[in-house]
Amino acid sequence: MQLLGRWYDFRDLGNGVARLIEALEDVGAPDGVIYAVTGLLGAVAILVFVAIAAVMNSWIERRLIARIQVRRGPNRTGRFGLLQPVADAIKLIQKEALQPARADGLVFSLAPILIFIPAILAFAVLPWGEQMVLADLNVGVLYLLALGSTTTIIIFMAGYASNNKYALLGSMRAIAMLISYELPMVMALLGVVTFAGTMQMSGIVAFQETHWSWLIFFQPLAFLIFLLGSTAELNRTPADISEAESEIVAGFHIEYSGMKFGLFYAVELINAVAVSGVITALFLGGWWAFGLEQWIPGWLIFIGKLYGVYFILIWFRGTLPRFRIDQLMAFAWKFLLPLAIVNVFAASIEVLLWREYDLSAGLVLPIAAAVNLALAVVLIAGWGRVMGAAYEQEPRRPRLFSEIDVPLPGDGPASGPAAASEPATA
Amino acid sequence: MIAFWTLAALAVTSAAMIIVVRNLLHAVLFLILSFVGIAGLYITMSADFVAVAQVLIYAGAISVLMIFAVMLTPRSDRDNAGNMLQAPALVLSGLVITAVSMVAVETDWRLADRVAFESTATEIGDALVSPFVLPFEIASVVLVVAMIGAIVLVRED
Repeated sequence: MQLLGRWYDFRDLGNGVARLIEALEDVGAPDGVIYAVTGLLGAVAILVFVAIAAVMNSWIERRLIARIQVRRGPNRTGRFGLLQPVADAIKLIQKEALQPARADGLVFSLAPILIFIPAILAFAVLPWGEQMVLADLNVGVLYLLALGSTTTIIIFMAGYASNNKYALLGSMRAIAMLISYELPMVMALLGVVTFAGTMQMSGIVAFQETHWSWLIFFQPLAFLIFLLGSTAELNRTPADISEAESEIVAGFHIEYSGMKFGLFYAVELINAVAVSGVITALFLGGWWAFGLEQWIPGWLIFIGKLYGVYFILIWFRGTLPRFRIDQLMAFAWKFLLPLAIVNVFAASIEVLLWREYDLSAGLVLPIAAAVNLALAVVLIAGWGRVMGAAYEQEPRRPRLFSEIDVPLPGDGPASGPAAASEPATA
Repeated sequence: MIAFWTLAALAVTSAAMIIVVRNLLHAVLFLILSFVGIAGLYITMSADFVAVAQVLIYAGAISVLMIFAVMLTPRSDRDNAGNMLQAPALVLSGLVITAVSMVAVETDWRLADRVAFESTATEIGDALVSPFVLPFEIASVVLVVAMIGAIVLVRED
C-alpha cells in the first residue's frame, strides 16, 4: 500500500498542488500567476499549521511540564483542559493595553508585531515533504541564521521602548546571549553543511536519503551543540536569563500587557516549533525515515519528528534549573565554541579525504560516524573535566562582604585597589 | 521592476530618516531598515548569498554593535544639533554624493551576457579559494589582528 503519487492520493499534500499547477498550465496562465497561486497556498497552509501549533503547544507544554514536575497543569477548561489556550487568548484580548507614560510609543507597539516576521519566515525553507518546500533557497541554512540574528534587534526594541530598567537589562542580556550562542551554532551547522556539501535544506535531506542515514549519526557533536544553543536562542528555561522571574521580573516584555504580551508568548512557542523543524530537517532526515516514508506521508513523518524534538525541549524546560548569566556565557564561549571548532576541523578532514581520494561513501561514512561519535564522547567528557577541574579542587563559595576589601563611600581614604588607580586630584 | 522601485524607495527613505530623526536609537533602527532594503535589492539581482549575508552581518551583527555603542555612550539621548560641524558635514556629504552620482552616470555599464548562477554559494566559495585566495587570507589575518588587539585592550593585568 505505497503512496500512489496520483493527484487524488491526498495523503501526499504535494500531489494536490502539483495537480493545481498542471490545471493552471493547461488553462494557459502565465508563470507569474502560477508562482503567486502556489506561493499563497503554501503560505496559507504554513500559517494555519503555525496558528494551530501555537495554540495547542501552549496546552501541550503546560501539561507536560506539570507532569514532569508532579503537578496537574491546566485541566478545568474543557475536557483535559483542552480549551485552556482559548480561554487564555480571550483573557489576553480583554485585558487593558497599558503603555508606560514615557515609553517610546511607536517602537513599543511595533516590536511585538515585528517579532512575528522572523518567526514565521523561518518556516518557508523547512522541507515538509519531498516536493513540499515553500522557498527552496540555495542558502537555506544561512537564511535561517540570518533570521535568528534579526530577532535580537526586535527584542532590543521591545526592551528599550518600554523605558524600564528591568526591560532594558533583560534585552541587553538577551542580546549578549544571542550573539554568544550564535557562534557555536554557526560552527555546528558548518559541520553539517560540510558533510552535506550544500546549504539547501532539501539538498541536505536528499544527502541523508542518498546515504541511508541521518546526519545526527555523522555529526553527533554538532547536534548536541545546536540543540543546546537553540534552547538558549529560544529563551527557554535552562537559559531564560533574559526573562528570569527571580532576577529581573519578566525581562524585556515586563511592560507589555494584554495581547501584546500574548504575541511575545505566541512567538516563543512558534520559535520553538521552528527550531524543532530545523533540527528535524538538518539532523533527523526531515521527511525521510528509512523507507517509512513510502507508507506514511512525508509531512506526517516530519511533524512527528518535529514534535519529538519539541518534547526534548519541553523536557529540558521542565527538568533543568536556570543558569546564572556568567555561567551561561562561559558555557557558550569556553565549552561549546572550542568543541564546535574541533568538530568543524574533524568534519572538514573527513570530507576532504573522502572527496580527494574518491573513496566510496559506504566505506567512509560508517568510519566517519564512528570517529565522530568517539570524538564527541571524548571531547565532552574530557573538556568538561578540564574546565571543571578548577572548581572541583577549589570550590568557590560566595565571599562575605567583609572579606572583600571594598571601600565604602564616606570611609575616608580607602585602601582598596580602586583607590590606587584613582588620580590624586583630591 | 516594481520590486526594485519599492525596495529602492525603502532604502533611500530610511537612509534619509537616519539623518532626520533626532533620537539616536531611532536612527540606528532606520539604518537597519535601510540594510534590509538593500538586501532586498540584492535579491532582485539574484544574488541570494550576498542578500542573506547582508542581513546576517549588517542587520544582525553590525547594528548590534552600534546599539551597544549607543547604549554605552553617556548622554546619548542628547540632541545632535549642538555643535558647529553642520556646514562642513553638509559640504563633505554633498561632495561625496556628487562624486558617486557622477561616476554612476559616466560609467559605461555593461550587461552581463550570462544567466544567473545556479548555486551562488558554491561559486563564491570557488572564487574565494582560487583567484582571490590572497585577499581572502589577508582579510582573515586582519580580523585575527583586530581580535587580538581587542583582547589586549581589555586585559586587566
